Amino acid sequence: MTSALDTFPRLLLRNAAERGDHPAVREKDLGIWQTWTWRQVADEVRALACGLAAQGFRRGMHLAIIGDNRPRLYFAMAAAQALGGVPVPMYQDAPAGEFSYVLNDAEIAYAVVEDQEQVDKLLDAKAKVSTLAYIYFDDPRGLRNYEGLVSISKLQALGREYDAAHSGFFDAEIAAGRPDDVCVMLYTSGTTGKPKGVCHTHQAFIVAGGGAAEFDGLTASDSMLSYLPMAWVGDHLFSYVQSMITGFTINCPESGDTVLTDMREIGPTYYFAPPRIFENLLTQVTIRMEDASAVKRWLYATCMRVAKRCGAEILEGKRVSFADRVRYALGDLLVYGPLRNMLGMSRIRVAYTAGAAIGPDLFRFYRSIGINLKQLYGLTETCAYGCLQPNGAVHLESVGPPAPGVELKIADSGEVLLRGAMLLKEYYKRPDATAESIDPDGWFHTGDAGLIDARGHVKIIDRARDVGKLATGAIFAPNYIENKLKFFPHIREAVAFGAGRDYVCAFVNIDMGSVGNWAERRGIPYAGYGDLAAKPEVYELVRGCIEQANADLATEPGLAHSQVRRFLILHKELDPDDDELTRTRKVRRGFIADKYASLVDALYAGKTVQHVDTAVKFEDGRSGIVSADLRIEDAKVLPTQTARAA
Amino acid sequence: MSAATRETPPSPGRIGAVILGVDHISLRFGGVKAISDVSFEVREHEVLAIIGPNGAGKSSMLNVVNGVYHPQQGRIRFKGREFPAMTPHRAASMGIARTFQNLALFKGMTVLDNIMTGRNLRMTTGILAQALRVGPAEREEIRHREVVEHIVDFLEIQAHRKTPVRRLPYGLQKRVDLGRALASEPDVLLLDEPMAGMNVEEKQDMCRFVLDVNEQYGTTIVLIEHDMSVVMDISDRVVVLDYGKKIGDGSPDDVRHNQAVIDAYLGAAR
Repeated sequence: MTSALDTFPRLLLRNAAERGDHPAVREKDLGIWQTWTWRQVADEVRALACGLAAQGFRRGMHLAIIGDNRPRLYFAMAAAQALGGVPVPMYQDAPAGEFSYVLNDAEIAYAVVEDQEQVDKLLDAKAKVSTLAYIYFDDPRGLRNYEGLVSISKLQALGREYDAAHSGFFDAEIAAGRPDDVCVMLYTSGTTGKPKGVCHTHQAFIVAGGGAAEFDGLTASDSMLSYLPMAWVGDHLFSYVQSMITGFTINCPESGDTVLTDMREIGPTYYFAPPRIFENLLTQVTIRMEDASAVKRWLYATCMRVAKRCGAEILEGKRVSFADRVRYALGDLLVYGPLRNMLGMSRIRVAYTAGAAIGPDLFRFYRSIGINLKQLYGLTETCAYGCLQPNGAVHLESVGPPAPGVELKIADSGEVLLRGAMLLKEYYKRPDATAESIDPDGWFHTGDAGLIDARGHVKIIDRARDVGKLATGAIFAPNYIENKLKFFPHIREAVAFGAGRDYVCAFVNIDMGSVGNWAERRGIPYAGYGDLAAKPEVYELVRGCIEQANADLATEPGLAHSQVRRFLILHKELDPDDDELTRTRKVRRGFIADKYASLVDALYAGKTVQHVDTAVKFEDGRSGIVSADLRIEDAKVLPTQTARAA
Repeated sequence: MSAATRETPPSPGRIGAVILGVDHISLRFGGVKAISDVSFEVREHEVLAIIGPNGAGKSSMLNVVNGVYHPQQGRIRFKGREFPAMTPHRAASMGIARTFQNLALFKGMTVLDNIMTGRNLRMTTGILAQALRVGPAEREEIRHREVVEHIVDFLEIQAHRKTPVRRLPYGLQKRVDLGRALASEPDVLLLDEPMAGMNVEEKQDMCRFVLDVNEQYGTTIVLIEHDMSVVMDISDRVVVLDYGKKIGDGSPDDVRHNQAVIDAYLGAAR
């Protein structure tokens, strides 16, 4: 009756039956990795589910799950699903306001949380959330004097009694589950407007998780470190869903601070991290190498040069000269191997990054030392499943072809549309939003603008609402151009203009640290940012960067017209205090265009110098006027090519 | 909500009978009187703060209690027994542990090893057996390590287990010092300026740990502290010393409004 493996509770029972002694979950506790086998997990989930049922949790109800990645919180997810309920994992560090909004929106009555911190937040929120009635906690520390709370272990004890008194209840509940039941509700982060609850069915996540697992050949012997927020679709797919489907082991680190050590101890074979984390790791490596002895520094620099030249090619199985292969093998022995070990990446077969654009140097660094780092594209609404880079065909600028089972097309507006079984069922209680994002033909509107390149790989260039058209009708994706410029260490910020214009122009902020250092080494004296930014040598430097970016753009189909024709270096740094950047340091393009309208006009009027007065706020709160005569220069633009010789 | 405030008021039944008492203690170094005729009592499970201006005799008082100094007059009562003076070994084996103002850690040793030294008194196998790692010694070490791991978990220093103490920031070293003291599973914990030299955030953390120790292990705590907001927030009772004499003893509120205490702190003419 439950033979079909079409819901997560059934997959759990399958795992318990077929690989009962295989480790399912590990957690480092008291310095020792504790293991739950699949049979034990099934047992824990059974007790937890029956405990919840004994407390009145019923089919269709929502269970809030809040905390760091703890095995019992994952068990609670499965327990809710077993009863036909819906787990709602929430961001554990969300501010109180967002907390009560989500709790109210999802009509939460039952919550399973990690520790005192979350309990306190829930108790604070309780005043505003009338439905919230039951709170269960994992870690009893500091909760001795609290009343009306039940620990998860106590809940499980209740569950075992309930189970004994209602034999057959648990299995019947699982048997009653249907693949098109909602299996989880993930709230979108809500950068635009209020968070929305994204409802996914068992079927959607099984298609997404299964497809991705098959794509990379994941098996039960793989191992994953679960350290990203449980409320994030990435963790849900990579930790919970895929381990249920393939039976591989997930490992919960001891705490947020110990992730690096824990990773070295576990040596995961499968890894997922946003670019920010890869960047931090590389920075740590670089800093530690700079403190190393001269011999080690030389060895590192030499080996990394070899890796840069041929490492990624060797990983992709391309043709590399014999001499380079020997050099790389030697480097692997001396540097890359130990480095991978230090990063806890010795056993990694597949590593993914997603969520933001990754810098070319960063991406290449990991691939060149033999780590199979790939990019993927997906959204909360598509179970984080959309495009995957296949082994051997990894290109920095694209996110790979559509994943198995995913249909993808580019709308006339340039927006990426997705269709397939992995799409959300709906936004919770928001039929308006659901109708807005899924059209009658079943296409989901991602809000991202993209292109399909000659290889059939998808390139995500910008948020669709930011994308405009040049006067010539060619597509204009400011964020894509700005990112390209910002990947140069000398350029800190860039603002591209071009919507409705004949060509693209840009404002540039130089990176004070990097360019200052560059100037010192060349003996160029400067008094401050404004002075340095106006130096002809610096203009020359920036022009070099822009022309390099132009050369890149010229080879990209559809983007050749986006080459930057004219530019200027701003006399002041763009600053959130002056409202030019958001607090998360994204440029506010529209505001900047208004504020510096005279400069934008000068760029397009062909002037070479423009005077500007700018009101600024100083750090001590005073405001004043900064005046400057800014030079405007031209950058070389290459003729449009269809493609570079492959 | 500040970490330094109690989330729930101490339960009325929390504080027990007198566990430690000092009666008419006087301590002189040559002609210098450090403490003259000070008496006070400490009750089980309470948090008692000793405050006072510099040179008031606070640290000396702690040193008398754990036997480093031997007072010329007075008696110390502990767990129903009376002594003219403690010795450090007797104090430690009877369940008094302390941390130090200037940290007493083995800087070259790891966090784990440092906390493990706190278990020393409770080890029964000999040094030779430990060196050779014979069966009983190894089993014993595993048992002790488990206790130490609970402390590591409690103090949230998992990320630094294997780090030599020297490489840790000051606030964390203080935490390790607390861990070492906790490792002997004391009934009474003497803390000598546990928050000195810390920034606000570190202080809040430390306050939370002190309160958690008190709540979770039921440990009686006697602490010396200069930061008045900390003292007022976390102690059940405050003893005020000035020039070696006790000038105040009562709840934080009583002490706050005690004229003698105000004078001592504000330096009013005496």
